[in-house]
Amino acid sequence: MYDYNNFDEGFVRNRVSQFRAQVARRISGALTEDEFKPLRLMNGVYLQLHAYMLRVAIPYGSLNPHQMRQLAMIAERWDKGYGHWTTRQNIQYNWPRLADIPDMLEALADVGMHAIQTSGNTIRNVTADHFAGAAADEIEDPRPTAELLRQWSTDHPEFQFLPRKFKLAVTGSKADRAVTKAHDIGIRIVKNDAGEVGYQILVGGGLGRTPVVGQVLKDFLPREDLLPYVEAVVSVYNTLGRRDNKYKARIKITTMENGIDKIHDLVEARFAQLRPQFSGIDQAHFADISANFKAPEFKTASLDGYHAARDADPIFRSWSDTNVDDHRANGYGIVTISMKAHGATPGDADGNQMRMIADLAEQFGHGDIRISHEQNVVLPHVHRADLPAVFATLRAHGLATANAGLISDIIACPGMDYCALATARSIPVAQEIAERFDELKIEHDVGHLQIKISGCINACGHHHLGHIGILGLDRAGVENYQITLGGDAGPDTTIGKRAGPGFAYDQIVPAIERLVLAYLDLREDESETFIDAFRRLGEAPFKAALYPEEDKTHAA
Amino acid sequence: MPRPFTPKVVTANDLVEGDVIYLAHDGAWVRDMCMAWLIEDEDEAATQLALAETQPEIAVGPYLAGAKACPVGPVPTHFREVFRANGPSNRAHGKQASAPVAAHAYAKAAAHV
Ligand code: HEM
Ligand code: SF4
Repeated sequence: MYDYNNFDEGFVRNRVSQFRAQVARRISGALTEDEFKPLRLMNGVYLQLHAYMLRVAIPYGSLNPHQMRQLAMIAERWDKGYGHWTTRQNIQYNWPRLADIPDMLEALADVGMHAIQTSGNTIRNVTADHFAGAAADEIEDPRPTAELLRQWSTDHPEFQFLPRKFKLAVTGSKADRAVTKAHDIGIRIVKNDAGEVGYQILVGGGLGRTPVVGQVLKDFLPREDLLPYVEAVVSVYNTLGRRDNKYKARIKITTMENGIDKIHDLVEARFAQLRPQFSGIDQAHFADISANFKAPEFKTASLDGYHAARDADPIFRSWSDTNVDDHRANGYGIVTISMKAHGATPGDADGNQMRMIADLAEQFGHGDIRISHEQNVVLPHVHRADLPAVFATLRAHGLATANAGLISDIIACPGMDYCALATARSIPVAQEIAERFDELKIEHDVGHLQIKISGCINACGHHHLGHIGILGLDRAGVENYQITLGGDAGPDTTIGKRAGPGFAYDQIVPAIERLVLAYLDLREDESETFIDAFRRLGEAPFKAALYPEEDKTHAA
Repeated sequence: MPRPFTPKVVTANDLVEGDVIYLAHDGAWVRDMCMAWLIEDEDEAATQLALAETQPEIAVGPYLAGAKACPVGPVPTHFREVFRANGPSNRAHGKQASAPVAAHAYAKAAAHV
């Protein structure tokens, strides 16, 4: 794990005391809201429907137990006892008082965390694969690269006022658990024919009102060119990106309007200018960072107890099949702690749960914790011999739901229950779908199926990338839900297509149920997932299940 | 043709707490929508909104929200305002935690919006 250096510490403390003074001036009336708003946003403070919201960055989703306990303390002391994990590896506190936020930021600084650049038109939290450093299929741990980018982008003087927010994601594995193609810049660690490790650079992906899949800008970039190259991309965007229309300001639009070839030429030209300014110190620095991410001392232990527990307890077996992934070290597994108990708010964790996870990480997980973009928590390094004990603790705290990657493992944005921009609710739809499929007891039979829900076209809930996507809208003053089908967040990222007219609030769960039951009828066998069946059969049979009445009219 | 004016309340977020507030008839800001001033006259609504905008030390982002008269007081006519008046639907937080009676009325009203 990387330790924040003195520069970070001083810089963050300084920002907190500046913000404390700004809050005081706002409360005294010396600053107007128009003057204050950009200042609060620079510190991750939004004003939502019922309260302020503080968004805290969790760089590449990595936390240590000490930090996790501090997040719990903050939730209990200044919020309503819980926090919310987001798809961009942040935690959001939904209920702070404005006057308390400087204290919350101070408490974060105590554990090397902050809320800087979690809002505004700047480079946001750098995200990465939540299985980083653990996954069996990894070429290289993406965290040192993400950390180098974090340090380079934090307070970068040129990039504080970009045309729009800017998001970077890094993956070290072909499976791409970081959704690199849906980011402004996606960085994939790859190997060339000579066996050298470098980067493939993708550009122009993004969701929101115009969802776009990123394109390859550079097939292979040597490691030492990373910072000047990324700087060149952001710099070209900073010059070329549109500032006249906020909906056309993202680099995805810049890329569409100018064409990838022109962007490529401009980036190469800018790169040629910038390259000499990077003396190579960044590479020495990268080596230092990498040393801080060295793998833990993996232990060897007998797997007998693990196998015995699997044989003896079908509930444990089901959980370990669904929520434990292969690790690169012998005997180890990667544990996904589902924050999606049936009926719970996706991504919410209370203080007790956070502390319990911190304890587990210390006791069984080499002190490492991750937050996934799927709003779950991951213990990346657990020896399988310890899984029965981990499971028992999770179960005692209601966190052992065996549904990672299944239909109730839903990504849902806060929607109209919290978000000031929402046009409909997301959370209760997710809750009801999860409860419905829990009642039907077919979740495990249905297998891998991603449902993603957003409460407006901004697409924070990634609905375009859901195998089944749900978008909440306001149709003449009532909530209405549009379904998209065929999206996928995997390495061959696909944007789902709208299935047809939307459904009323009380019709959306039955519609999803018809869709899933149709899939069970249509699939070739159990190994054919929903998305595979959809790709094989096309949308027609799924639309027929969604709109049975229409089907009858056509038949008549 | 201009749309006919429908009754409104002046609403905003409280500067320090961030929670939803409404303008009452006596010019005070109240937490419960049932105590808000239901303004039936278009010019009056514009005047009160303009006045609210001069109080940035209390009210952040004031605007006019549609409402209608009900025995308990004004109730929202759009579902967004139902959540603002009431609190989130996934947890018993917000207004519904502090004013359960009003919350019940809004929940009932919400069924009709
Ligand atoms: C509640 C406060 C929030 C506000 C005001 C907000 C606002 C926005 C806006 C305006 C966009 C569209 C940006 C654009 O296309 O230019 C957006 C996109 C997005 N937001 Fe949020 N959001 C909020 C919460 C969240 C949460 C809780 C998550 C995760 C669960 C999230 C993750 C995302 C993601 C992944 C996008 C994707 C669009 C992209 O960058 O391509 N946001 N958000
Ligand atoms: S998708 Fe819309 S409703 Fe949901 S969090 Fe994002 S901005 Fe809010």
